[in-house]
Order: sequence, then C-alpha cells, then structure tokens
Amino acid sequence: MGTWEFYTEVLIPVLNRGLLLSIKIIIPSAILAVLLGILTGAGRAAGPSWLKKPLDLYVAIFRGTPLVVQLTMWYFGLTSATRWLQPLFEPMGLPAWTWMMFTMRPFTAAIFSFALCGAAYHSEYIRGALLSVKKGQFLAAQSLGFTKLQTFLYITAPVALRRAVPGCGNELIYLIKYSSLAILVTLKELTGSSKHIASLYFRHLECYFLTALYYLAMVTIATWLLNRLERFLTLPGLGRYDA
Amino acid sequence: MTFDQLLTATEPTPPLMEVRNISKSLGGKLILDDVSLSLNRGQLKVLIGPSGSGKSTLLQCIHFLLQPDRGDVILDGKSAWEMSHFNICSFRQKIGMIFQDFNLFDHLTALDNVAIAPRKVKGLRRTEAYQRAKEELARVGLSDKFDHYPAQLSGGQKQRVSIARAMAMDPKIMLLDEPTSALDPELIGEVLNVIAVLAKGGMTMLMVTHQIGFARHLTDEIIFMEAGRVVEQGSPKFLLDDNSESRTALFCSHLTELTGR
Repeated sequence: MGTWEFYTEVLIPVLNRGLLLSIKIIIPSAILAVLLGILTGAGRAAGPSWLKKPLDLYVAIFRGTPLVVQLTMWYFGLTSATRWLQPLFEPMGLPAWTWMMFTMRPFTAAIFSFALCGAAYHSEYIRGALLSVKKGQFLAAQSLGFTKLQTFLYITAPVALRRAVPGCGNELIYLIKYSSLAILVTLKELTGSSKHIASLYFRHLECYFLTALYYLAMVTIATWLLNRLERFLTLPGLGRYDA
Repeated sequence: MTFDQLLTATEPTPPLMEVRNISKSLGGKLILDDVSLSLNRGQLKVLIGPSGSGKSTLLQCIHFLLQPDRGDVILDGKSAWEMSHFNICSFRQKIGMIFQDFNLFDHLTALDNVAIAPRKVKGLRRTEAYQRAKEELARVGLSDKFDHYPAQLSGGQKQRVSIARAMAMDPKIMLLDEPTSALDPELIGEVLNVIAVLAKGGMTMLMVTHQIGFARHLTDEIIFMEAGRVVEQGSPKFLLDDNSESRTALFCSHLTELTGR
C-alpha cells in the first residue's frame, strides 16, 4: 500500500469516524458541565450555608483528583463494585441485571466523568464572577424591593455570566483535549482510533501528527465560536474593550 | 384659612415616617447609638456630620438594607419589624434610595434601569413600565438617553437616571446618600436642580449632603450627627446663624473654609 492510499483509504476515514465519536462525547459533556457548573457555582457563591458545604466538598474531590483516576473509577471501579452488589441482591431473588444496572457503558462513563469534573472547574469561574459583582448592585436592587432570587436572576447573574465567559471558555477548550482520555475506557474516539491504526501499520509519526491537527482544528473552531459569543455578550462598559 | 387647612390644623397628622431608637454595631464597633428622628409628609430634612458619624449606616438601617440591632422604623403607621421577609421587600419599595456612587445596573440601558423594577417587582406590563420609565427619564431631562448604557453617561446623568429609577416605584420617601459627592463640580448643579424640583413637588426626603448652601434654602430642619448620635437638630436659620455657637455651625464653617463656599 502506497503512502497516499494509506492516508485516503485507511487513516483519514478511521480518524473521521473517531472524530465523530469524539464530538459525540464532547458536546453533551460540555453542555452538562456548563449547566452543572452554573448551578454549583451559584450555590456556592449565593446559596444557603447548608448547600455550600456539600458543594464545596464535591468541588474539592473532583478538582483534587486526576481525571484519569475518576474516569477509570466510574467505568472499571463500578463494574468491580457489582461483586459486592451481587450477594446483596441475589438473596432477594432479583435477576442479574439488577446489579448490572450499577455499571456504566464506556460512552456513559466518559460523558459522566467529563461533565462532573468539568462542572467542578466551571463552578469556580462562575463563583468568582458572581463574587466580582459590586455590592452596590445588590444594594440598589434590594432598595427597589427586589427579593434575593429576583436580584440574582435579573441583576447579578447577567453581569456575572458575561464575566465568566472567558474562564468557562477556557475550560471548554480543555475538555476538547481531555476527551482523548476516553481511550482508557476502550472507546475508539479520535485518539483511540489513531492509536489503533498507528500500532497496526506501525506509522506512529503520521498518525499522531494528523491527530494533533484534528484537535487543533477543533480547538480553533471552538475558540472562534467563543470569541463570537464574547463579542455578542459585550455591552458598553461590560466586557471586551475592542468590541 | 380654608376648611381643609382647619381640619389639618386641628388634627395633628402622625409623621409619615418615624425612626425610633435605632442602634447598630458593625464589626464590634457601635456605629449608631440610639438615633431617633421623624419625617412629616412633604418634609425635607438634611443630615450632616463628619465622615464616620454613621449617616450612611443610618440610611441603610432605615431602609432595612442593614438590619438594626435595636429600634424600629415606622412607615405609614406600620412597623418594619412586624413584617415578614416578603413584606420587607414591599416595605423597601416604598422607600427610594439614591446612592453616592449611583449604583446603576451596568448591564441595562437607562430605560431598562428605570423600567426593570416596575416590571419585575410591581409586575407592570412591559409597555406600561416603559411608558412610565420614559416619563420619569423625561422629568429628569434625559429623553435623549434612553438607549445609553451607564458607561456611556456622565456622572450627573447617571445620578439623574438613578433618581428616575427610584421615582418610578412611586416611593413615599426618598433617602439620598450624598447624591452629589462623587460628581465633578460642574455636574453638581444638574442633580441639585432635579432634587430641588422633587422637594418643591412635595416629595418627603431625608438627604445626607455636604452642600450646605443648597440645603439651607430647601430644608426646614438640619440634623447634625456625630459619633453615631444625633447631636443637634433644628432649623438652618437657628443652627447656621453666624452668631450661633452650635456644633453644626462650626462644622459647616470648616466645610466652607475647605470648599470656599
């Protein structure tokens, strides 16, 4: 097989399939992570104290442990946990799928762990942005008779979200790259399929170089979209100076 | 004397707002020490005193933005303490507040700044709220600035928007916390004019200011605070008289020396 055929017949079609799976992992993870991050960040910055403690603990754990470890825990860890679940459910006469329900498919485990870990980071950006809103804005809203929730929804959140966009965008860019960890739970996403072809044909340089270009393209598109969003959200005196 | 005037003369009306024995400590330091005052309908009282004397804290306590440690605020015969959390928000609606540094909502245009509270707090329909907001902005002379964001307005214009924003909620009382202190000298006049118009229109106001010259022409009572207490109160004529040996006159003469007014 010639070099040209290797690219057009083998590597590129396989990488494209891998890219598709990567995107299928990245997009739901990104959406879940942002939503969960907003809720967590809001809870930690403005929520009641009984909510702050458990949320702080969640962030401490998911920011404090490597994502690789988290991902393997969700996939392999849960699967081996069924060993303890089996003797629990079997005497009750429950069928095997009862304890198998507690395991995750690779795809689910990847999205689950990326979303949970990403949300912990997003919550920090959101929390910082919420805390940066000047106290006078609260006072003004309260003096007009806004309740706490109304103040949050109409005054604090719109300002804070604008300030959080650069930070959260950064986290989304990270996500694109750490989605490659899904290879660890047997997924043939972009990196996984690249590794497969590389070891099959023993052409590591070409395979990984092209893979790097694929990631670079994804990140470039994401950066462009985030820039557009930032510009769209910019208001006079709030956001970018050059917009 | 007309019949109406006779009625009001014989039946003393209770004050619109009464502040009773308010004390407040912040960070272990006593900021307000047993402050009482009252405001009648249509009255403008001026609160002066050196910085750190508790003027701003008093205004925030009256508004229940800060909960006083002791004491009560009675507005229209209703005690603030007897209100639930939800009612405190409606209590605050009845009091307008003007801040030294404006505190306009940065993400909203002038029009939205004025319209948002009527829409979200009072539940007015969009068109009604905007109609009202336009009227209020026109009243402070800003009909041409509806679509400007706070960052695009001068200090004087911002403060006028904030007055329009407070007025759009139909407050019974306005509290003004040094409304001109953050302004360039040439912008003070436009804000003072608006305040003078409000005063002449019968708005009840409690104003913290260092603009003594302006204040003495509009007010019938000056309250002088020092170290968290009301030290003196009385008519400007009495307190600021050249021969008066009041603490107020001394303080104001220092101010005049500094600003040359």
